[in-house]
Amino acid sequence: MMWLFSLINRANAQTFMPTEGSDIATRVDNLYAFLIATSFISCAILIGGMVYFAVKYKRKSDNDKVAYITHDTRLEIIWSVIPLIIFLVVFAWGWIIYHDMRKMPENALEIHVTGRQWAWMTEYKNGVKSPNIVVPVGRDIKIVLSAEDVLHSLYIPSFRVKQDAVPGRYTALWFKADKMGEFHVFCTEFCGTAHSGMITKLRVVSQEEFDKWLIEESEVSLLPMAQRGAKVFQTRACASCHNVDNAAVKIGPSLHQAFGADRDLEDGEKVAVDDNYLRESILNSNAKIVKGFGPRSAMPAFQGQLSEAEVTALIEYIKTLSK
Amino acid sequence: MGNAAHGSNYINAEKGLMSWLTSLDHKRIGILYFVTILFFFLVGGTFALLLRLELFAPNVNAAGQAVAGAIFKTGDTYNQALTYHGAIMVFMVIVPGIPAIFGNFFLPLQIGAKDVAFPKLNLASWYMLMIGATMAIATMFLNKVDTGWTFYTPYSIRTSGSVSLMIAAVFIMGMSSVFTGLNMIATIHKLRAPGMTFHRMPLFCWAIYSTSILQVLATPILAITLLLLIMERAFGVGIFDPKLGGDPVLFQHFFWFYSHPAVYIMILPAMGVISELLTTYSKKTIFGYTAIAYSSLGIAGVSFFVWGHHMYVSGQSELAGVIFSFLTMLVGVPTAIKMFNWIATLYKGSIEFTASMLYAMGFMFLFVIGGVTGIMLAVLPIDVHFHDTYFVVAHFHYVMVGGTLMALMGAIYHWFPKMFGKMYSEALARASFVFVFIGFNVTFFPQFILGGMGMPRRYFDYIPAYEQLNKISTVGSWLIGIGFLIGLVSIIQALRSGAKAPANPWGSKTLEWHTESPPITHNFSHEPHVTEGPYEYK
Repeated sequence: MMWLFSLINRANAQTFMPTEGSDIATRVDNLYAFLIATSFISCAILIGGMVYFAVKYKRKSDNDKVAYITHDTRLEIIWSVIPLIIFLVVFAWGWIIYHDMRKMPENALEIHVTGRQWAWMTEYKNGVKSPNIVVPVGRDIKIVLSAEDVLHSLYIPSFRVKQDAVPGRYTALWFKADKMGEFHVFCTEFCGTAHSGMITKLRVVSQEEFDKWLIEESEVSLLPMAQRGAKVFQTRACASCHNVDNAAVKIGPSLHQAFGADRDLEDGEKVAVDDNYLRESILNSNAKIVKGFGPRSAMPAFQGQLSEAEVTALIEYIKTLSK
Repeated sequence: MGNAAHGSNYINAEKGLMSWLTSLDHKRIGILYFVTILFFFLVGGTFALLLRLELFAPNVNAAGQAVAGAIFKTGDTYNQALTYHGAIMVFMVIVPGIPAIFGNFFLPLQIGAKDVAFPKLNLASWYMLMIGATMAIATMFLNKVDTGWTFYTPYSIRTSGSVSLMIAAVFIMGMSSVFTGLNMIATIHKLRAPGMTFHRMPLFCWAIYSTSILQVLATPILAITLLLLIMERAFGVGIFDPKLGGDPVLFQHFFWFYSHPAVYIMILPAMGVISELLTTYSKKTIFGYTAIAYSSLGIAGVSFFVWGHHMYVSGQSELAGVIFSFLTMLVGVPTAIKMFNWIATLYKGSIEFTASMLYAMGFMFLFVIGGVTGIMLAVLPIDVHFHDTYFVVAHFHYVMVGGTLMALMGAIYHWFPKMFGKMYSEALARASFVFVFIGFNVTFFPQFILGGMGMPRRYFDYIPAYEQLNKISTVGSWLIGIGFLIGLVSIIQALRSGAKAPANPWGSKTLEWHTESPPITHNFSHEPHVTEGPYEYK
């Protein structure tokens, strides 16, 4: 039996999977290693058999004697039943792990994550919002998912978990990180223009650090207006489309030195970038589209998404980019 | 010998473009499909090469944010290109491919019939495909579509592309598919030559029969789903859009209820081709005729009940996931049976490595890999990790390209002498195989590893960790491109200056080889009387 485990362990190193961040990830990888091993054996039998016969029975002359074998019931039963048994074993093994993945633990730390074109937003029970997901190590975390516009899918490779975020309903996933560090979070359901950029980080920190972080973040409302604006800019992932430190175009126009400048619009008009222009463009980006970014703006409308105070803070922040 | 004595055949029986465009001859309609599908394949393939070129290197700016790269100026253009690559390859190449070209041309010949049961419907189905294809291609010049070939809601309702026109195009191409399916079923039931019992039919006919049942039963579901989507876009009827009280996951259920059986619409005809090629080029009777014939029907039946394995993480219940995983395992069994039977067929045969045989062996090699990775994806927690990553991209390319396209290439070379009365150059054809086969593995094998590492699909950009494997994959795509180009050259060269083909260059036993190359308009000068099975090599 030992050799089997050592085989599985060795195979594990060869699976090219990301760091295992949780116990479930290790269990998934063990099953995957078993699947790779059985697949490798199946491929060796099937492809090896094919190549062996092909070489051995290569045509020597046009009058080669060939065998006339129509079937062999015993063989056929064997090669139907053996695969079936293997399939049922991996099915059951998979079911056990899947059941644990889907069974939400009680007393888990519940965090809300919302998908939106094209950013994730994490919200904690005390009202803290963050573009990253920050969680304490060694604790059951339940992520309640929703989406504001189209389908998204939250995928954390290192934890082997993934769940679609569906507009109009809640879905959920859970994990328990047993390693501290930073892990990638991807969107894996195609959601349009900047789908490829809908990447964020999962930060796993110690419980103390997590508590400290949560308090610091909740004190954001005491910050000066422009700094609060910078926070909103970060939380809403505005930076995935707008540059702030240089004039280069990313997906939308750069905001560097934008305030106070003039902009040419799609319809040939010219407009000064002032408080009211910024306000209108944030809330309804299609109202005035900068030349070269039409006919329809790629930016989602933030009408109803941001509070009055958040819009004002954002504008104050954008003003600081023109100094 | 009737007409044949005067050298008349289906190609030179009538002259002029109109004689082709209005022909009711199943062989001529097969050629129409051959030419048009080849063209669609070149278009879809060009998109594929461009996509791979974009992915050659990551394009990430200093802030670590993805920006559009060198080939495509914006993310939108990349998304549009991937949509057209997928939609063209699925709806215009792989679904119609083997049944419409070779099913049309050879099914009547293989069962000793003069034509299909409904020749006018047959021509109409080609025109339906053309109308649909024209509409689909027209969207490229209007508002390009960027939904992916799956049209998932609510994105497909919100996006500004000409989604309705594209969907209408797919709807019409679906009707073409239904027409062809109906025709094949009726032909098999009504037009078999005397003595051609069901159990004496070549396995290619069995495969087309199973495919046709799927086409007739499954395609209407897609049609209704697409109509609902058009109604939703045009009139705001709330079926799938949560803003209107609809359910976006319902669309996925409807879509995969067609599209999973459609996967077998794509692969079953290829399996039929493989049975023909293996028996011919090993001069051996097929091992387990009955098992292969009925496993096609078995696969067709079970394939209706596995659609939920595309939706393990969509929000469907745990129980649904478990049931779909179990049923998916059951589909694996008849597929495994076929593989074992094919390999047993080679045992004690007399194997000749023609280009067709190489493509058939290439099919088996790649299909085994596609198959075992399919089992992996059926396992629930494994799929949770791999779903919507490059692992899935690699898996379905191994099955669809490694499977169906390899069989299609094998079929082209196998039946070319019969279709055109000319021989092709084995050297060129084998060279095309070498490039396609090696290129294919270089392109798609690294994508399994990329998927394991977590690279999501439909990304025009990626984090730097994925760069090496993406580079290898792109280089592989160039090899595939060269392979298919050589293939195209070999076909053109054979058409222009190929030697005259004898009636039966491969010494095959099935009926289509027992008439002239190319066949006369009425296929056989005397109605064949069948007295034995299709593969009586002794």
